[in-house]
Amino acid sequence: MGLKDFFKNRRLKKVKLKKPPISYNGQGHDLKQAPKISDDELCALWVKCQGCNELLYLSTLKKNNSICKHCDFHHRLSAEERIELITDYGTFLSINDNIIPDDPLKFTDVKPYKKRLEDAQKTTKTKEAIVTGIGNINGYIAGVASMEFQFIGGSMGSVVGEKLTRLVEVAIKKRLPLIIVSSSGGARMHEGILSLMQMAKTSSALKDFHEANLLYISILTEPTFGGVTASFAMLGDIIIAEPRARIGFAGRRVIEETIRQKLPKEFQTAEYLLENGQIDMIVHRNGLKNTLSDLLRLHLTNHNNATSKDVFKQISKEHLLIKI
Amino acid sequence: MKQETVLLDFEKPLFNISKQIHELEKQVEHNGNKNIIENLKEQYESVKNQIYKNLTPLDKVKISRHAQRPHPLDYIKLMSNTWYELHGDRSGKDDRAIVGGIIEIEGIAVMIIGTQKGTNMKENQKRNFGMPSPEGYKKALRLFYHAEKFNMPIITLIDTPGAYPGLEAESHNQSLAIAMNLRELAGLKVPVISVVTGEGGSGGALAIGVANKILMLEHSIYSVISPEGCAAILWRTKDKASDAASSLKITAEDLYNLGIVDEVIPEPFGGAHYNPEEASKNLLNAIKKYLKELQKLSPEQIRKQRQEKFRQMGRFIEA
Repeated sequence: MGLKDFFKNRRLKKVKLKKPPISYNGQGHDLKQAPKISDDELCALWVKCQGCNELLYLSTLKKNNSICKHCDFHHRLSAEERIELITDYGTFLSINDNIIPDDPLKFTDVKPYKKRLEDAQKTTKTKEAIVTGIGNINGYIAGVASMEFQFIGGSMGSVVGEKLTRLVEVAIKKRLPLIIVSSSGGARMHEGILSLMQMAKTSSALKDFHEANLLYISILTEPTFGGVTASFAMLGDIIIAEPRARIGFAGRRVIEETIRQKLPKEFQTAEYLLENGQIDMIVHRNGLKNTLSDLLRLHLTNHNNATSKDVFKQISKEHLLIKI
Repeated sequence: MKQETVLLDFEKPLFNISKQIHELEKQVEHNGNKNIIENLKEQYESVKNQIYKNLTPLDKVKISRHAQRPHPLDYIKLMSNTWYELHGDRSGKDDRAIVGGIIEIEGIAVMIIGTQKGTNMKENQKRNFGMPSPEGYKKALRLFYHAEKFNMPIITLIDTPGAYPGLEAESHNQSLAIAMNLRELAGLKVPVISVVTGEGGSGGALAIGVANKILMLEHSIYSVISPEGCAAILWRTKDKASDAASSLKITAEDLYNLGIVDEVIPEPFGGAHYNPEEASKNLLNAIKKYLKELQKLSPEQIRKQRQEKFRQMGRFIEA
């Protein structure tokens, strides 16, 4: 067995080094304790880059925000890592963590939905496919949501829809800008029509948000598809994508089956979407936080509504004390 | 001459009986034995009764997709004598998978919009099998705004496998077209009534389905994904479509029990295609009833009722 195979085997075991958590205080996350690192995990120090197949030292990769230093490939971030990336240290207040998934249809495919949920909760250490809350971005406060792709493909069921809708409602009430980071395969089949209706529910909440003249920045990351793209993710006032992220409505395979021809390689990438006028910009992960805070500042300075500016300042000061 | 109704696979026992009836009818001129025919006809009805009492969800999927099932344009023509179709998204295309226009119901001008499948291959090519492109949704949005401007109630008739998954649809931003319709429909101040008349295919259906009242015809379905698609992903084989159809809870009855649908509109025995006139009469009666109910509300109340309705959707545990 060569060295490469050795590390490949290790990687296949899907064990990951966990960074000690820094900013969560929601009830749903048991992240206060530093995780113990097992021998297995200690050995899993290397991963192969999905972009260029180079072997990468895991902790170096994590230090570089999961971006490959050889080919600049942006590896997927967990919801938690994403929040750490864009919010100021220790300012993120996670809300509505007490909303947890149910099994309304008693759905069973090859595995019962309940079991799927339990497994996903175990591997991701989160209760659902989204984390919502309020945090500062270089000092500018915003409502922030981040999706967890590892949780049943980041799919949107009742909980994701409800948590997002509540975040939008809080943002309207407190006059906060909104930043939603999407990473999802679409609506969650296991909750049937109820998942589909979350598209309408979140879009309806964003209608009120839109009319309140507040700023919504949507960030599309690898991958964003289906019912998520076709609802809240595309409704941003400003839409940002990460380099090489795959974004679309229908999946590549479904389209190829329908039109019976091979699709070009760059189809449905962030670059393709930019070319076709569907997104505003592609931003490198290392510059994302500064881009966001700049955009927040620019939309704040020209804001006609003086009172909203005051509310902003006031909330910024006391924000960790907000009870929601 | 009336076209003969095409039978679905689970209706096969009926085929044998009707074949025997036809053969005997030919012979009857010779020997005059009418009794056998009468018996067989009775048998036909009782077998049909038996079949329709025990329909599985997948059987309902097949009925909802029946090629001879009336489509929105058929209902429109049966419901009103006045019908002016309006075309185009005003920026380059008229998507024939979405039809829209103005009809008159009891002296009131009503905007009616539907997804339209074809009845034969040629028409299906023109209508893209009822799968709208982004331009189709933009056409619908234009008509929603038109309706609001002139205070017309909106009725949408849903019968689509879903939004078109094609290269051009993606590069023209199918996602945004759907998302915009969801958001803008939510904010309209005129009554919106949606009726699923056939296949309610996921986001492509919901894009014209954010309504004050959601109704379904008895044998229609409404689902987040087609049973075949779901089976292919979760069971990894399309053969499990029947299991997927049962698990997904997609029939009108299931969705009524889930509280998503306000009313299930009865269809003629065997499905709307056996008697389109009766089906459209039932449809029109239900529409009239809910129009009357919604017209009592103020424009603000209408919007609020719709947003509240969707706000309540979803099942979760709040610990």
